[in-house]
Amino acid sequence: MANIMIQRGSKGEYVFYLPKRDLEDGIVSMEFDTPEKWGGEIKLNNGGCYYIEPQPAPARLPISLRAKRLDAAE
Amino acid sequence: MSALTREESEALIQEVLEVYPEKAKKDRAKHLAVNDKSIEQSKKCITSNRKSLPGVMTIRGCAYAGSKGVVWGPIKDMIHISHGPVGCGQYSRAGRRNYYVGTTGVNTFGTMNFTSDFQEKDIVFGGDKKLAKVMVEIEGLFPLNKGISIQSECPIGLIGDDIEAVAKKTAVETGKPVVPVRCEGFRGVSQSLGHHIANDAIRDWVLPRREGKAFEGTPYDVAVIGDYNIGGDAWSSRILLEEMGLRVVAQWSGDGTIAEMEKTPYVKVNLIHCYRSMNYIARHMEEKYNIPWMEYNFFGPTKVAESLRAIAALFDDKIKEGAERVIAKYQPLMQAVIDKYKPRLQGKRVMLYVGGLRPRHVIGAYEDLGMEVVGTGYEFGHGDDYDRTIKDMGNATLLYDDVTGFEFEEFVKRVKPDLVGSGIKEKFIFQKMGVPFRQMHSWDYSGPYHGYDGFAIFARDMDMTLNNPCWGKMQAPWLKKAEPEEAKKAA
Ligand code: SF4
Repeated sequence: MANIMIQRGSKGEYVFYLPKRDLEDGIVSMEFDTPEKWGGEIKLNNGGCYYIEPQPAPARLPISLRAKRLDAAE
Repeated sequence: MSALTREESEALIQEVLEVYPEKAKKDRAKHLAVNDKSIEQSKKCITSNRKSLPGVMTIRGCAYAGSKGVVWGPIKDMIHISHGPVGCGQYSRAGRRNYYVGTTGVNTFGTMNFTSDFQEKDIVFGGDKKLAKVMVEIEGLFPLNKGISIQSECPIGLIGDDIEAVAKKTAVETGKPVVPVRCEGFRGVSQSLGHHIANDAIRDWVLPRREGKAFEGTPYDVAVIGDYNIGGDAWSSRILLEEMGLRVVAQWSGDGTIAEMEKTPYVKVNLIHCYRSMNYIARHMEEKYNIPWMEYNFFGPTKVAESLRAIAALFDDKIKEGAERVIAKYQPLMQAVIDKYKPRLQGKRVMLYVGGLRPRHVIGAYEDLGMEVVGTGYEFGHGDDYDRTIKDMGNATLLYDDVTGFEFEEFVKRVKPDLVGSGIKEKFIFQKMGVPFRQMHSWDYSGPYHGYDGFAIFARDMDMTLNNPCWGKMQAPWLKKAEPEEAKKAA
């Protein structure tokens, strides 16, 4: 499990940030993206893949979360 | 000499890599690249933030340097103890020229060196008691200090002293903030992790201190983050923001105070100059206090105007008008600077190798003078820095991450730039090679370079260096070939 942060980029897209490795990257897909259910598997621009427990969508971004690494790039 | 083509640049990188053993070659190859503006993500072409290769000359610093030297050091009304042996603090003392106002030794302590001066017995028996004693002494000798930060040097982490416990205890006794920072030099691959650790310490030990207390805010409150006031940089930036109608509540951390930092959670926008060293705290404040942040660039009139407009766009019409007014006011002054220096500098080529924000931020200032940056690199940049740089650099220019002494020299020999901008360690090598050089970490004892006022100084300094008559005197007179007759007659 790793601490991550999800925020909005300049074009309104989700941006993923992993402070530990200072990895900043765009999120290309998120499994669930509705107000009631949000999260699940997220795929990054660099090919990495993380999992966050599905939850109600956060009221505002950025938000710090715990995420599981499914498949890291590099 | 005209610029290198893409093929030539690539060939040059290959040629430079030739001298390394197989494994080192493979490793270094990932850190050198030829810029291609079409690439969206830097990691496709360049690797960064990796451990330096053993045996090469790297120009990086340590985590302690990142925390004490960069982030914490300039906070002027706190005392920063270099906890550990005396050398780390003493040899880096006041080297960054972070200007501040105040009476040194009375209410400000920026250029002083405080250390717990570890000896063998402190390593063997632990230095906690000594640290507590040092802090009591500080209270007695410098009662006007507003707090203490404990900057750990390597041995503290190695012997496992509990500086947090000492800090908490002393803070209760003195009633002032005491911040332990775990920035031992061996952490991380460069000073960059030190910035991060320092940011985290501010997050945990400084920002919560005024939570819930009254603050008389205005809708125009901003904080300047990541400006270390080198040679007065923050001052020449701040006056522009104030002139357009904003209220600068805090300066992080050049000429800054701990009170300003504590008040930052009340501002409306955080303005970030050095993204690399302070983006962490900006992200934290965005999440916790809902404060948006934006990066700006105050190098060269084009970028200053762009940034002022971008900042104003976050506020109402009053500020937008203010920005236009400021830009219009300085425009003729800047035009005069450009008219004076551009003809002398036009077409000159520059290679940079610095840290933080400068490898990309100063490009605009050089372009305003008609100069071209043909190579740039970061000492301790990360992927997101290079993402931002690729767009600012021309195609087929060189990018080098954590460049080694050898690589840098070879690049300069082949690319033959008219000016090199890097640190003090590189300065004399290149000057002896006959290449004009500016020390771009602390502005070669000049500055400020930020803002409109800074640009005038920047332009003068570049001209002074580049067109200095000494570069024509690199050869001993008796070795010179006889001048052709006509030239003599003309003269
Ligand atoms: S690496 Fe360690 S010993 Fe060296 S300057 Fe940094 S803190 Fe001091």
